[in-house]
Amino acid sequence: MSKTIEELQPISRRVRRDIVEMITAAKSGHPGGSLSAVEILVELYFNTMRIDPANPKWADRDRFILSKGHAAPVLYSVMAERGYPDAPKEKLNSLRQYGSVFQGHPDMRFIPSLEASTGSLGQGLSLGLGMALGARLDGRPSRIYVMLGDGEIQEGQIWEAAMAAAFHKVDNLVAIVDYNHIQLDGFVKDIMEVAPLAEKWRSFGWHVAEIDGHDPRAIRSAFEEAAATKGKPTCLVAHTVKGKGVSFMENNPKFHGVAPTADELKLALQELN
Amino acid sequence: MSPETKTARQKFEVKLGVATREAFGRALVELGRENKDVVVVDADLSKSTMTTYFAKEFPERFFSCGIAEANMVGVGAGLAMSGKIPFVASFSVFAVNKGFEQMRVCGAYGRSNLKVVGTHSGISIGEDGPSQMSVEEIALASSLAGFVVLAPADEVSCKALVRAAAAYDGPVFIRTGRPKAAIVHSANQKFEIGKAVEVAGGSDVTIVANGLLVAQALLAADALEAEGVSVRVIDMHTVKPLDRDAIAKAAAETKAIVVAEEHLVDGGLGVKVAQVVAETYPCAMEFVGIHDRYAESGQPDELLEKYGLVARDVAAAVRKVIARRQ
Repeated sequence: MSKTIEELQPISRRVRRDIVEMITAAKSGHPGGSLSAVEILVELYFNTMRIDPANPKWADRDRFILSKGHAAPVLYSVMAERGYPDAPKEKLNSLRQYGSVFQGHPDMRFIPSLEASTGSLGQGLSLGLGMALGARLDGRPSRIYVMLGDGEIQEGQIWEAAMAAAFHKVDNLVAIVDYNHIQLDGFVKDIMEVAPLAEKWRSFGWHVAEIDGHDPRAIRSAFEEAAATKGKPTCLVAHTVKGKGVSFMENNPKFHGVAPTADELKLALQELN
Repeated sequence: MSPETKTARQKFEVKLGVATREAFGRALVELGRENKDVVVVDADLSKSTMTTYFAKEFPERFFSCGIAEANMVGVGAGLAMSGKIPFVASFSVFAVNKGFEQMRVCGAYGRSNLKVVGTHSGISIGEDGPSQMSVEEIALASSLAGFVVLAPADEVSCKALVRAAAAYDGPVFIRTGRPKAAIVHSANQKFEIGKAVEVAGGSDVTIVANGLLVAQALLAADALEAEGVSVRVIDMHTVKPLDRDAIAKAAAETKAIVVAEEHLVDGGLGVKVAQVVAETYPCAMEFVGIHDRYAESGQPDELLEKYGLVARDVAAAVRKVIARRQ
């Protein structure tokens, strides 16, 4: 599937509405880091990635791992929009409830089309590296995309994987850091500074592209640049806004992990119309 | 065999085979030749874990992760998720302790076809001392839902169980050791995950053991036979899933059980056997293992002797359990 930039915009708007509705219905969840990642996931699932929702285990497919698993709502909504049968759109509002396939964090037991069960931070890049090595060994064209949180990269395992990916020269692996500057306890700079990000990844041997993570054109061309980069993995440092699209959630640490009230949902949906 | 014929069995003679880690390394090469999907991930210990044999023959299927076990286990799981059969290997103490969270999330919960092999297990690593000694990993690995946990006693069983692990679809942990291990199985013995092997028949008492303690149990059985005690010895090479039938049968028929292992008594094979005994035919039990302490540097034999893991200790436990039963 390939969509024009213009066609992606209404999808992103619907995904944002889904996110705030789902989390309000669940009465818990992580709106801020879901809203910051919308444009990136929409571009991946509707344009960049070679995938087939009707054949989710196709061996040559591209794969996406949401290593920052708490942003599950954005992934669920995008997969539902994309038409994955095991992520039914009409059930999105069952998020986090007993019996729902939309578990608190992505769980392959409930949605087999997911590429990984995540939620314990720091592990997705190692999985992605293993998948990238497996694809290369088999000569498959698969490309592996791993989304990391900026707080998540405080985990040491990320840097073990970063070192190993460059060492093994995998150019079918792309890490995306959702650089929204906020984690659970507050601003990243106050909890554990991760800057300078681009320099860190570059010094670990990665090709780095810094982009506005809400600019669909910039995102698309960065993924094209990654695909054209040979002999090393690519890291997209995506500058984003936590809570993007809902004024009172933007840059507000409160909405890292707190659900909107019914009144706040009304306001949010007005803004997202 | 009837109990009468069992008492006439041959005495066990210690004949050293290769270490179980060596048997693992050799089995990996065979598997590599047979199946191109077998891959190996290692963390700077390939010359000790013996994955070096595989690395030499199949360099394109051997992935070095450097000294980074968490990433090693995660990369292994990712390879499994792309259709490979990955064996990730390090000393048990590093693979399991440093890779535990990854074994849990990516191996067990993620239900990937991950094989984790720990070498240099127990205190018989010897001179390196407690920081390199793994005495907890059976408890840790067994606590992961859906994991198969294997602890082979000798080269014969190790080779067969490595092959069984490769053929099994799901996460497996295999515990191997550093020193040469006495051969306790005949070359044609068949092994199946979850199916214990009776290595000596007997009717008065049962010793359930794994790893190096199987040979010690056989030596103890010979000493006890001389005292007129008929001893059954079971090699419980699979800790999970446990062979409940073999345990229940032993409890019902011999009414006294000793469990012997080179592992902490807390959370080891013994407590798992005791649970089955409690649920089936409760009987007197004794436990030979490491009791709530760390060992020290020394030669393996010296340490096994000092920490109570030799035939003498197993025999003493048998005498005690028989006395308690009466």
